[in-house]
Amino acid sequence: MTATAAEPIVELEHVTKHFPVKQGVFSRARGRVHAVEDVNLTVYRGETLGIVGESGCGKSTTARLMLRLLDPTSGSIRFDGRDITGTSSRRLRPIRREMQMIFQDPYASLNPRKTVEQIVLQPFAIHGGVPKKEARLRVRELLRTVGLSPEHASRYPHEFSGGQRQRIGIARALALNPKLIVCDEPVSALDVSVQAQILNLLRSLQGEFNLTYVFISHDLSVMRQICSRIAVMYLGRIVELADSEQIFERPRHPYTAALIAAVPRVAVNGDRRERAVVRGDVPSAVDPPSGCVFHPRCPRFHEGHCDVVEPALEPTPGDSSHVAACHYPLEHPA
Amino acid sequence: MSETLLDVRGLTVAFPTHEGDVLAVSDLSYTLHRGETLGIVGESGSGKSVSSLALMGLLNQERTRISGEAMFGGRNLLSLSPEHMREIRGKDIAMIFQDPFACLHPMYRVGDQIAEAVTAHASVSKSKALDRAVELLDAVGIPKARDRARDYPHQFSGGMRQRAMIAMALVNNPSVLIADEPTTALDVTVQAQILELIERVKREFNIGVILITHDLGVVSETADTVLVMYAGRPMEMGPARDVFAAPQHPYTWGLLQSMPTIDLRLENLLAIEGSPPSLLRVPTGCPFNPRCAYAFAPCTVELPELREIPNGHLDRCHLPTDRKRAEWIELEALRVGAAR
Repeated sequence: MTATAAEPIVELEHVTKHFPVKQGVFSRARGRVHAVEDVNLTVYRGETLGIVGESGCGKSTTARLMLRLLDPTSGSIRFDGRDITGTSSRRLRPIRREMQMIFQDPYASLNPRKTVEQIVLQPFAIHGGVPKKEARLRVRELLRTVGLSPEHASRYPHEFSGGQRQRIGIARALALNPKLIVCDEPVSALDVSVQAQILNLLRSLQGEFNLTYVFISHDLSVMRQICSRIAVMYLGRIVELADSEQIFERPRHPYTAALIAAVPRVAVNGDRRERAVVRGDVPSAVDPPSGCVFHPRCPRFHEGHCDVVEPALEPTPGDSSHVAACHYPLEHPA
Repeated sequence: MSETLLDVRGLTVAFPTHEGDVLAVSDLSYTLHRGETLGIVGESGSGKSVSSLALMGLLNQERTRISGEAMFGGRNLLSLSPEHMREIRGKDIAMIFQDPFACLHPMYRVGDQIAEAVTAHASVSKSKALDRAVELLDAVGIPKARDRARDYPHQFSGGMRQRAMIAMALVNNPSVLIADEPTTALDVTVQAQILELIERVKREFNIGVILITHDLGVVSETADTVLVMYAGRPMEMGPARDVFAAPQHPYTWGLLQSMPTIDLRLENLLAIEGSPPSLLRVPTGCPFNPRCAYAFAPCTVELPELREIPNGHLDRCHLPTDRKRAEWIELEALRVGAAR
């Protein structure tokens, strides 16, 4: 899709989120975790925007900020044209029904003491407006939509496999016809054979219900199968943002390239490849490195530049929709 | 091939419950050689972890029925007394797990915990043991090992904790290292480092490694031999090269095809329909038959034998071998053809 013709549904402008690190009896703030630093990101209607990165990179925090489940330290958040940065939780409520979430752990995100029907009915109960009888019919229809049978409505979550539970979570997210669904690692806890079923389901629902997804994952292989655009985050910053194919075929940021290279691959032809290994661990977000935050691990590090000046997100010559924050980006022959 | 370290024959593990026996592992046989990495791959409930826990004597004996044989250094591990098993466990056969944080005591210094593992199997002084701990931490790539040995586990990153666990496993020069999903909890860049470390350790210490994982990519990049398990049974086994270049079993096909690949965007991911069976009621015949697109009459009735096709490659399937090559090529063409 072309970004210019598209209509934004979520806009983050200069969004920053810090968490205080407290210590001692008086809970004095000892420092701050720089969870999200000055993020500008627009999600367009109908797309699947992926946010990828390693643990602690701020991908989940960014998604929670989009839904205003967290308040930003600074910056502004717009949803569907409205500024919701400071909106009170009461006035946020009618907006919330348009944004839903699917969680990673289908064992933890469903109440074990409620039947499937009660679980999927919950959004109707919270947001109201639908007579009970109608809502129950709707639950049965939703179950069918996600590939379960209406007879499953009276059962409890423990009677289902992980994949089926994830389907229940999806049915619940679809209940109120949301515009946006944030999928936070929705297939990470599932076996491979089941992962594919859920990814196929998410893809077909998107077309059917005209959904916009924000898809969070650490798994680049999954990302490639489902995302139209991808933001790569590292230590709270977006380091690269582009169409999915560009990210995989022509990565500009050395960190993106390192992530892609590190994924273990099946050697179908029997030949193993050389494994490219980036050294070191992700540094602490309490005390991020100077200059470019990736510089201590970067194979293209230039002393006196990368450790001094923080690079801004710059467009790629010839492709303004592909941005990367690197002083020495990777070049690809045209 | 080099010296045989571990020879498992007909390992069967059942957990009796009031609803009947949960058959976690059925008739599993394999051989591990010095310098070899055996990758055991399967989905949850395939028996890949339970089989190793059984070998290590880590299953509650009163609630488990284990049969079969596991020969190690002339002794059958499965018939050893708990005392004898304790001598071997952690010394000759070491194990590392998925979550290194859960395996380290949060209130003791990392170096001291490794030193404790030294003194558990050898009578050496405390300071000698600590020296050995520091030496091993250094060997597994912990920078400034002597200083870091004084750290507590929470001061280590996930990758460093797994390195520390590997150091602890190497304390008594084991000949077998069992790694159960050692990189599943780690970030992908750190995973690559740990896989590389396990490979280096295998070479330098000349040991045999059993790597248990659900990730076919990990197996393909590290294992010499691959064992694919489903519902407690070995379905396919052979040299990694052969298994990945010419997979035989429809379940292996399903696993390979449903794996999202990073190198292509596929229009339609080919999933295996249904989900793995309950181990209380494993289907008769081939356990995979209810989910198998190729199942025909005998599959629902008779369990196929593990038959050998050339090069020590084993396959448990009723389909004729000569048909399989063509089927797999066609499947792959379909999958890649579905790429955009």
